[in-house]
Amino acid sequence: MTMSRQGVQPNEVIDRSTKLRFRWNGKRFSGFEGDTIASALAASGEQIFSRSMKYHRPRGILTADFWDPNLMVQVGDDPNVRAGHRRLESGMDVRAQNAWPSLNRDLKAANSLLGRFLTAGFYYKTFMRPQWLWPTYERVLATFAPGGKIDLDTPHAYHDKRYTHPDVVVAGAGPAGIEAALAASSEGASVLLVEHEHAVGGHLRYSSDAGDQAALTDLRAALDASDVEVLTDSTVTGRYEDNWLGIVQRNHPIAVERLIKARAKTLVAAPGLIERPYVFEGNDRPGVITSGAARRLINLWGVKPGERAVVFSANADGDAAVADLERVGTEIAAVIDGRTGGSVSLTAGSSRAVEAVMVNGTNGAERIDADLLVVAAGWTAPTSLLNMAGDRPIYDPAAARFFPSDPPSNVLATGGLAGDADLDGLRQHGAATGRLAAARAAAVRHRLQSRTARALPVDGDEPAWAPDERAPLGRDPHPELYRADTHGMVDMSEDISSKDLVAAAHEGYDSVELAKRYTTATMGPSQGKLETVNTVAAIAEARGETISEVGTTVWRPPYAPLTLGALAGRMFEPVRVSSIQPWHEANNVSIIQAGQWLRPDHYGDPAAEVRNVRENVGLIDVTPLGKLDLRGTDVPKLLSLLYVNKWMKLGVGRVRYGMMCAEDGVVLDDGVTGRLGEDHYMMSTTSSGAGGVWEWVENWLQTERPDWQVHVTPVTTAYASINVAGPKSRELMSRVCEGVDLDAEAFPYMTVREATVAGVEGCFMWRIGFTGELSFELHVPAGHGLHVWEALMDAGSDLGVGPFGLEGQRIMRLEKGHFIVGQDTDGLTLGPSTGLGSLIKLDKDDFAGKPELAWAADRSLPMVVAIQPDNPDVVPEEAAQIVRGDTNEILGRITSSRYSPTLNRSICLGQVEPDLAAGGTKLTVLLESGERIGATVIDHHAHFDPAGERLRG
Amino acid sequence: MLLVPCPNCGPRNSTDLRYGGESHARPDPNTASPSEWRAYLYLRDNPAGWLRENWYCASGCRRWFSIERNTATNEFRNPPLPGDKRGGAA
Repeated sequence: MTMSRQGVQPNEVIDRSTKLRFRWNGKRFSGFEGDTIASALAASGEQIFSRSMKYHRPRGILTADFWDPNLMVQVGDDPNVRAGHRRLESGMDVRAQNAWPSLNRDLKAANSLLGRFLTAGFYYKTFMRPQWLWPTYERVLATFAPGGKIDLDTPHAYHDKRYTHPDVVVAGAGPAGIEAALAASSEGASVLLVEHEHAVGGHLRYSSDAGDQAALTDLRAALDASDVEVLTDSTVTGRYEDNWLGIVQRNHPIAVERLIKARAKTLVAAPGLIERPYVFEGNDRPGVITSGAARRLINLWGVKPGERAVVFSANADGDAAVADLERVGTEIAAVIDGRTGGSVSLTAGSSRAVEAVMVNGTNGAERIDADLLVVAAGWTAPTSLLNMAGDRPIYDPAAARFFPSDPPSNVLATGGLAGDADLDGLRQHGAATGRLAAARAAAVRHRLQSRTARALPVDGDEPAWAPDERAPLGRDPHPELYRADTHGMVDMSEDISSKDLVAAAHEGYDSVELAKRYTTATMGPSQGKLETVNTVAAIAEARGETISEVGTTVWRPPYAPLTLGALAGRMFEPVRVSSIQPWHEANNVSIIQAGQWLRPDHYGDPAAEVRNVRENVGLIDVTPLGKLDLRGTDVPKLLSLLYVNKWMKLGVGRVRYGMMCAEDGVVLDDGVTGRLGEDHYMMSTTSSGAGGVWEWVENWLQTERPDWQVHVTPVTTAYASINVAGPKSRELMSRVCEGVDLDAEAFPYMTVREATVAGVEGCFMWRIGFTGELSFELHVPAGHGLHVWEALMDAGSDLGVGPFGLEGQRIMRLEKGHFIVGQDTDGLTLGPSTGLGSLIKLDKDDFAGKPELAWAADRSLPMVVAIQPDNPDVVPEEAAQIVRGDTNEILGRITSSRYSPTLNRSICLGQVEPDLAAGGTKLTVLLESGERIGATVIDHHAHFDPAGERLRG
Repeated sequence: MLLVPCPNCGPRNSTDLRYGGESHARPDPNTASPSEWRAYLYLRDNPAGWLRENWYCASGCRRWFSIERNTATNEFRNPPLPGDKRGGAA
């Protein structure tokens, strides 16, 4: 078979005046604007495009479109490009994949000699035992894995996302799909028409029939004049609940790919039909192509597919291919008619080209010399979108394909998927489908709008659900042609033959779903579009049943493979920073990401920051600290319900620490809450718990205690929060504060005061101390955060004021033994395990988690304890296990560990079994290196200043 | 993706809401036996059919509401009225 470019064809899509130069395996080639990579190579006489996955057999064009399993190539650093679909561009560096050292001389082709060993389930059977050989197996398999080369240095490409809410989405722009879009649009619906190929028209594009071409011209003109939004080179990849659709757009002008998430009111599935390959010996030899491939090559790109052809035709498309071939001068050696019992047995020739075809035609069995075999054996209905909507299509043996059964009423099928008719019949059905889709979309739109309390009011009653009064399409009879009297390839992507499937069935994998997974048939890049029905037919044959009895696999998303880049796309996740961030960035900050927040981790030397706080005064930006403003007469009841401790008698100006447990008694969050006024409280939560606690509070108020008078306002970002800590913090505060007496007697530990700070009114500050030092936690209206921070820095320059970050704070809180919820506790840590069991007041009438905490009070629980390694220079890893002696029996784990610059030794918190919680207990810690070290539980959580004299100062 | 009919905001993508699970009454914490309390915590009916469940309109009105959903067909029915303060967990 030698393909070659012919004279100008009437419907060709190439621009012969624009020549594009590119490389194929390093050699210079050229094509025209409008060529695909494959059509340009075929026009230049290339026959071999790839090596097959398992046996490394040479492969040529099969379908010449997106689904062609043999046309996967590497373009530059882009692997697995579909050369049958991707448009040629100037300067492309195209290379063959899965061949080594070269496409023409592939050493792995030795696999084909091993073919009888690489049978179904080969990997499952072979690479199992012994287990210790698995790393070796993995290396072997990786060498042979198909696919292109990934270049880790490839810059990140820009992928985009779009959200849209059209009334009607039409998947497929063949004549029926276009008519559906036009009809829906003329009924007033907003319509998105999505076409998989590069242009609208479906099968009309590669028809040389004058009537077809006139119709296509009309349809294009009507589309241009309409309000229909048309996306070409785009695919509806998935249909999910309530017509939530994933659409990948591959031809976006800026983004490499754009993932469109569309909420359609109705979906019209008009994907057309996909031509099915035929199974016989040598059906994967280069030179065997589908009738669609022949017609596309000739009519779209002016490429003559071969010199002397045998055509096996079982339908009108096969007959049309004969006419097209004759037009470009291919000699027709024979036409074997599948409708009258003709068949093809095998092809003969080299591994690289067909030289002869064994047929069973009207002359009986004969061998015909030919370099091309064109096969028109039937159709696969790509029912994927219907499957995804819950439909189970039904096989019709008389038409030899599947038809929709009972899709949900907001998903409508038209075109070849729904049945057969002449062009006018298809167009009429499409138009009727579009009108029905628009009518039902109007009802959905009315319902959505009328159910939205704050939407504009809608006029009238909801329109009735339009009945389906479309005249059904017919079903053309078609012979059931799946496998000839020989065996051949069923899945060319995965190198699965009909013999493999029969063997799998005989091994017991005789349900389609099992055989598919066992053999991997239908699981390659073509995603079953070419292989599924032939797979089903092979299994049916092995079971001695019909295709209807065997049933088919369920097509799941995606309809067509899409890249991980398209799925990842652009993430619309906000990044949060405090108003003080500009100062941090100007001062050598090292940022740490905490949830959505970007926070200062340190400013170069966290240990020095700690020493400065312990000796002088430091500032930390703690804006992400969760803050809830609570107002109302019932706030004390709410606090009593959500915290384990008591809150009914908190005086105005007082602050109290509280621990929250969930209903299962597990620690949920902790923080301090202060009473700012008679009915006004401020609750602080952990930074990571801010969102969750807000929802928790709302849940209790809205569902369990809706009668309580409490109003909750999240004010986390309304205030910038600054903790001023260190022995000189009172001196610093006295220089910037007005209207408040900072004296220890007047403003003692665990109280809150409102103040004017650096001229900013409405700040409040509480005297608490996560760091263990005398400290003032300032909450400043957010817009003034930077100003107050800078004022504190200026005012304290002679006091040695400096910033400290999250790391410094974490060291100091660990020195003080303050646990962090979620770090030192986990999803099983009950309230008493924190060591704060005395906070839990079981004599309260009710609070979240009360029964579990009551029952837990009688049990021995794992405990959070402070631990010091015996060697002060060893800092165990966080999550290092605490084990029994030389065994691997786990008795607990290190939950936090740091080197303390204050104590000049390593310090830890950990969780241990109940009998190891007493001070002085000796522990063994197993480090990641395998080394075991000794450590000792200390009497109290605080490694430093256990009496708390510094923070009360 | 499911469209969940929030009584205030109208039908919204389910990712705009937080799923609160099956509606079930909270036992009296002072009299509940361990088995009653743990049934409340952990045991769900999980029927294939109609189920009353809680949703929190996290990206919208921030109201909890309960509604019946058919877990086999994802149809919704009997939402509380907008502004119904008793629309929470049954």
